[in-house]
Amino acid sequence: MKYWRKPLDTDTIEVPKGKVYILENRCKGCKFCVEFCPRKCLEVSTKFNEKGYHPPVLKNEADCIACGFCELICPDFAIYLEEKGTRPAGEVKKKSEEVGAQ
Amino acid sequence: MSPDILTGEHFINGNTASAEGAIAVGCRFFAGYPITPSTEVAERMSRRLPQLGGTFIQMEDELASMSAILGASWGGAKSMTATSGPGYSLMMENIGLGIMTETPTVVVNVMRGGPSTGLPTLVAQADVMQARWGSHGAYEVIALAPASPQEMFDMTVRAFNLSEQFRLPVSVLSDEVVGHMTEKVVIPTQDKVPIYARRKPKEPPSDSYRPYQADADGVPPMANAGSGYHMHVTGLTHDERGYPVITAAAQKKLIQRLCDKIRKNRDKIIQYTEVDTEKADVIVVSYGISARTSWKAIRTCQKHGMKVGQLKLDTIWPFPEERIRELAGMVRGFVVPELNMGQIVYEVERCAAGKCKTVLVPHPGGEIHDPLDIYKAIKEVAK
Amino acid sequence: MSDRCAKDEHPDDASTVHRDTSGVGGVHDHDHRKEEHTHPMDFLLRPGRIPHIWCTGCGLGVVLTAFLNGVKKANIPYDDVSVVSGIGCTGRIAGYIQLDSFHTTHGRALPFATGLKLANPKLKVSVISGDGDLFAIGGNHLIHAARRNIDMLVLCVNNFNYGMTGGQAAPTTPVSAKTQTSPYGCWEHPFNLPYVAAASGAVYVARWTVLHAKRLVESIAEALNHRGLSFIEVISQCPTNYDRSNKGGEALDLMHFFENKTVVRNGIDPKDADIGLYTPITCGKFVDIQKETYDCGYDRMCTLAKGGKK
Repeated sequence: MKYWRKPLDTDTIEVPKGKVYILENRCKGCKFCVEFCPRKCLEVSTKFNEKGYHPPVLKNEADCIACGFCELICPDFAIYLEEKGTRPAGEVKKKSEEVGAQ
Repeated sequence: MSPDILTGEHFINGNTASAEGAIAVGCRFFAGYPITPSTEVAERMSRRLPQLGGTFIQMEDELASMSAILGASWGGAKSMTATSGPGYSLMMENIGLGIMTETPTVVVNVMRGGPSTGLPTLVAQADVMQARWGSHGAYEVIALAPASPQEMFDMTVRAFNLSEQFRLPVSVLSDEVVGHMTEKVVIPTQDKVPIYARRKPKEPPSDSYRPYQADADGVPPMANAGSGYHMHVTGLTHDERGYPVITAAAQKKLIQRLCDKIRKNRDKIIQYTEVDTEKADVIVVSYGISARTSWKAIRTCQKHGMKVGQLKLDTIWPFPEERIRELAGMVRGFVVPELNMGQIVYEVERCAAGKCKTVLVPHPGGEIHDPLDIYKAIKEVAK
Repeated sequence: MSDRCAKDEHPDDASTVHRDTSGVGGVHDHDHRKEEHTHPMDFLLRPGRIPHIWCTGCGLGVVLTAFLNGVKKANIPYDDVSVVSGIGCTGRIAGYIQLDSFHTTHGRALPFATGLKLANPKLKVSVISGDGDLFAIGGNHLIHAARRNIDMLVLCVNNFNYGMTGGQAAPTTPVSAKTQTSPYGCWEHPFNLPYVAAASGAVYVARWTVLHAKRLVESIAEALNHRGLSFIEVISQCPTNYDRSNKGGEALDLMHFFENKTVVRNGIDPKDADIGLYTPITCGKFVDIQKETYDCGYDRMCTLAKGGKK
C-alpha cells in the first residue's frame, strides 16, 4: 500500500498473519486465488498435479494477511489458511513496498 | 373439535370415504389440484386437515402436487394426493422419482373418460396400464382398485400401509362412478385400523450410515429429514450411500432390488375376491365398477343354469398371474369387461397362455357397461 | 436437461479424496503442508466426492463454498438444514453437501421443498438450482412459492444457458447471445430474475456474482434468517459453454469482468436491473421486506377451523 502520508495508527494496529495450505490434487488451475489475492502472495507453480494442472504456490509467507479470500474464492476447496497471530501494521507496509506491489 | 377418525356408520361418497380412510391411517399432508371427478377428496381434506393440525395445500398444478407429497414424506408425514387422468399423466415423472428414491406416498386416481380432456364428469377405467407403465424406466408398482365407497376407505388405508412397507408411491385406481356414488361406509375405531409404522434406521447417525442398505425383505429403513442422518436422496441411479453412480453395474444392482422388493413379496401384496369360481366354466375377471356391473350378468347366467364365477381384482398391480394361470386350466374361458378398449385383458390372455379363451368386453367409457353385453360374452364363451 | 451427459466419472470404490487427505498424492514435503491435511469445510462435504464434476473455473464451486459458509455464519444447527436441488450443473450441488440433501426432478425442486418444509417446519430448507431449472420448466413453481411466501431460501445460479446439456439457450440468455440452440444469436427477451421474484412476492431479493463471494456469504446468512421466501441470484461464468460461445474469454477474464463491470446498488427497483450480453451487471440487495409467511397464514386459518368459526 502506498500512502501519501503515514496513517497515525500504523504503529499501533496489528495485522493478522496467515499460513496457507494447498491441497494440490484438488486444484483445477483456475488461477482465481493467484489473481485475486490482495497481497499477491501466490503464484502458479510449474509442477503438475495428478490431473495435469499447475497448482498455486505461496511465494512468501510473510506477505499473507489472512484475509481468507483465496479460501473463499477457490471453487475446489483446494486452498485454505489459518491465522497465525498478528504483527504490527508498520512491518507489513514495509514488506509490500519492498516487493513493489500495488 | 373434530375427532381424528370418524368412527361409526356413514352415508358418504367414495371420494369422501377415501379422504377419511387416509385420515384414519394417519395421513396429515395433502397437496393436490382440483380435477373432476376427484375434487371431493381435496375439498374434504381442506376441511378436515386444518382441524387436525395437518397440512392441506392446493398446489399450482399436478406436477407440483406430486413433488410436494414426496417432499412431505421425507419430512416425516404420511402424504397423499388425488387426481384424475390428465393430472395422473402430469404426475408420471415424479411418480418415477418416488419409485427411484423409494418414497412412500399415495396417489388416488379417480379415472374418467379420456384420452386428453375426454369426459371430465364421466366414468372410464383406461389408466390401468398407465399405472403400470406410465413413468419411464424399468420398475414395479402397486395399484389397488376399489369398487365401492367402503372399499375406497379400506383400500386407501391399505395403500398407505403398503406404501410405507415397501417404500414407493401406491396408486388407488378408483373411477368416477365409485368416487361419486354414495353408500354406507362403516368406519371402525382407531385401534381396529391397521397402521404400518415407518421403519426407521436402528443405528444412530454416523459416517457409516447407508440410507439405501436394504433389510432382508429388500426394503431399506427410512430416516426422515432433520433427524441427523444427513442422507442424500437422488433420482439418479445410486448406490447404498445414496450417491449417484452412473454405471451399468450400479443400475443392475439397484433396479433388480427395486423390482425384487415387489416381485418377491407378491403374496403379501396381491389380493382378489373370488365368488363362485369353484367348478365354474366361465370366470369374469374384472375390477372397480365393472366388477359390480358384471354381477347383474353373472346372476342372470347362473339363473339360466350356467356355471359362472367372478374374480374381482382388488389389487391390479402386481397382477395375480399365478391364480389366472391356475384357473385357465380349469375353465372354458375368461370374460374381461373393462371400461377401456382392452388393457387388463392382455394380462389375462398372457397368463392364460392359450389354455382357454379370453374375451374382452370393451367400452370406451362415459357410462358403465350394459350387463347384457357382458351376458352375451359369457354365453359366447360358455358354448 | 437430464444428466445424460454427466461428467461424473467417479469410480464407485476408488475415492480420490477422503476427509483426511494425507497420503492421497497431495502431500509433499513442503513446509506449507500439514501432516493431516483437511480443508476446514470438509466436514460439510460428502466423502469421496471432491474433486467435484464442475469444470475448471466454474463459479459453482464458489457458490458451494459460499453457501456452506453462509449456513455456518447464520448459526443454524446442521441437522435442521435441508438442501433441495433440481437438474443441471447447479443441481449437482446437493450431491456434495453432507447434510440432508435431495436431488429431485427438473424444475420441481421448489414444490418438493414446499412439501418438505410444511411437513417439518423445524427444517431450514434451501433450494439451490440453476436459471433454467427454476425459471423455465420450474417457472410456475417459482412464482407460486414466492406468492405463497414459503419460508425458504432460493439460491439461483445464473449462467445464462443450460450448461449440463451442452449450452442451449435459457430464459435468461440475453438478446443476440450465441448458444447451441441460438447459433445466430438469441432473439427472445430474457427474464430479469430479481424482477420476476420480487413481482411474484419474494420478501428478500438480491443479486451477486461469484466474485462477490464475501457479500454472497453475508447475503446467504441474512436470507437464511429472513422469514419468508428469500431469493438470491448468483451470476456465474460458464467458461465451457456460454462464455466460450460468446467469446467472453477464460474463467479468469469473466471474473475480471465481474470485478470491473458490476455496480452495487442496494435498494433499487429490480426492474432497473436488466442484464444484456456482457453489459454492466447491477448487483445488490434489492428487496428486504416483511410479509406474513405461508405458515403464519395457515396457522391463523387453522385456528378458525378448530374453533368452528366460518
